[in-house]
Amino acid sequence: MNPRSNKWGWLFAAPALALLFFAVILPFAVAVGMTLTNQRLLSPNEVDFVGGENYARLLSLGFTEIPLKLDEGGNPLVSSAGEPLYQSLREIKPSPPEQASFQILKAFDWGDKRYAVLAKDPVFWRALFNTLYFVALVLPIQLCTALGLALLVNANLPGRTTFRTLFFSPVVTSMVVAAIVWTFLYNENAGLINRLLGLITGQENLAINWLGSEALAMPSIVIMSTWQGAGFQMLIFLAGLQSINSELYEAAKLDGANAIQRFFNVTLPGLKNTLVFVLISTTIAAFSLFIQVDIMTNGGPNDSTATLIFHAIRTGYREQDVAYGASIAVVYFILVLGVALLQNKLGGRRG
Amino acid sequence: MDSKIERKWSLIYYLVMAFLVVIFVGPMAFMVASSFKSDPQIFEDLRSARAFLPVGELSLDNYRAVFAKTPLLLYFVNSMLITLITVVLGVLVNSMAAFGLQRVHWRGQKLILALILAILVIPFEVLAIPLMMIVSQLPAIGFEAGQFVVTGSWFNSLHVQIIPFVANAFCIFLFYQFFKDIPLDLDDAARIDGAGLFSIYWRIVMPNAKPVIATASIVLFLAMWNQYLWPLLVIQGQDTRPVMVGIQQFFGRTTAWGEVMAYATLVTIPVLTAFIFFQRQFVQSVAGAGLKG
Repeated sequence: MNPRSNKWGWLFAAPALALLFFAVILPFAVAVGMTLTNQRLLSPNEVDFVGGENYARLLSLGFTEIPLKLDEGGNPLVSSAGEPLYQSLREIKPSPPEQASFQILKAFDWGDKRYAVLAKDPVFWRALFNTLYFVALVLPIQLCTALGLALLVNANLPGRTTFRTLFFSPVVTSMVVAAIVWTFLYNENAGLINRLLGLITGQENLAINWLGSEALAMPSIVIMSTWQGAGFQMLIFLAGLQSINSELYEAAKLDGANAIQRFFNVTLPGLKNTLVFVLISTTIAAFSLFIQVDIMTNGGPNDSTATLIFHAIRTGYREQDVAYGASIAVVYFILVLGVALLQNKLGGRRG
Repeated sequence: MDSKIERKWSLIYYLVMAFLVVIFVGPMAFMVASSFKSDPQIFEDLRSARAFLPVGELSLDNYRAVFAKTPLLLYFVNSMLITLITVVLGVLVNSMAAFGLQRVHWRGQKLILALILAILVIPFEVLAIPLMMIVSQLPAIGFEAGQFVVTGSWFNSLHVQIIPFVANAFCIFLFYQFFKDIPLDLDDAARIDGAGLFSIYWRIVMPNAKPVIATASIVLFLAMWNQYLWPLLVIQGQDTRPVMVGIQQFFGRTTAWGEVMAYATLVTIPVLTAFIFFQRQFVQSVAGAGLKG
């Protein structure tokens, strides 16, 4: 039976509680409060309450038709290549006043007309898309890699502890160092990856611009992140694999189940709890993608690798608009919390 | 017949493993090998397996250059201080909180436990900007040019890199889970001998908690040595800069591959050394974190 003592209970917990209040609860409260103001990092101006303005700027979307450029006689202008020319957002008349602060997020043609989705902060929407894109790519790739590695090092063959150590070693090298080394590996003209691919394909001077192309930059970061992180999930999967009762495998073997059937009917169900945990923790980590982007691409090319946290830090710190940066962080938090809760619920229900 | 099939499979197994080892170890081998080579040789070696191996004309020139061009030693001392102080304080503060929550009955206990579990789900990235705002306005006593001065903010200090990370909800959770398995009989025996609660914590529970102390130390050590986002926000000058921000700035300003690799190798050594010595604890801490979550 534990002793009852209000004094000692609070005394033991007090240092941690005071520090958690300072480092978590206070900033969390400040974050929410700050997003309703126009607070800037270092500014002599007075701070004003602006209500939901930051969130409105973040989340506002619009839609408009973009008319053709016309000459004085009212005939459509064409480019030298014969393509029709469209007006820019500012030229559209009459322009509704509230549209003044909008920019084009995405323009598309429908029939012979051009339309555009507008946003007050198009980079935020791009960052949101990029973050979701990264999560959607890295989750299956990293988790399958980790599970595959775990199955391999779980085989009863000599050397498996050495392999386990080697696959885990990228995890203990810092993400900053890994990102720098991989920037060299991905280098367009002198990168090891292009040189090795060149050797294999026989194209001496293969020069794929991994980090410099909009299509390849994010997948390149996914591969690098998988390399750095998979060893961590491998160890967790391994612990899960070793906790599965070996009699289940024997029984399945007696029933004539082959290796693949055993994997789907014994291994995967036995890993259920581990899978839910790994899925949730990897998702949260993936949503916070920042270091790789900051070091390898600086959000580019053309914001194609800018993520929510990158955008929050860029506006909140580098552009000193802390209230707006904090608003992005709050939206990010709601998103992460929602996804984690959803995964938890789905994982719980399946069992 | 059976053993023949087995031999075939184990051959395939080791071929697959060899391929994977090249992928997972290759980049780091490239880093270390290149740190001893001149840039022309690094580029030349790219076309063969020599890229991963410390062969050819090797020298410490890159290391000398890094030390000459940046105050790397200062950054190292900064990172070491930040890391070690946080680990020691963190182990104490978090284990005490867990002891209070697990071994003492008190009013408010359930609420605090729920609060700590709730804090677990808040990523630091959410807190970084408002915390930066808070510390920018806290006064601090600094020591400059032989005398104490009161400065207007916590920016550019060592303590701003330590204090927010000492208390850690995840570590409290780890200690709490572990303390559950330490038998209460030990406490009772000590109590009969007249021991107070603090001496039960210090002389009974903590000496029996070495595995979780190792786990918490590793979690805090890795987190602190690898700090990047936070010092990016609150450290502008060189005096209190940690290594990870140091290497990022060096990387951003140079085109010398070998020197960056030398810097990267140096920054990796402390963690790699710790990993080699405490491998079993590293592995157990990760596996334990997974099973308990």
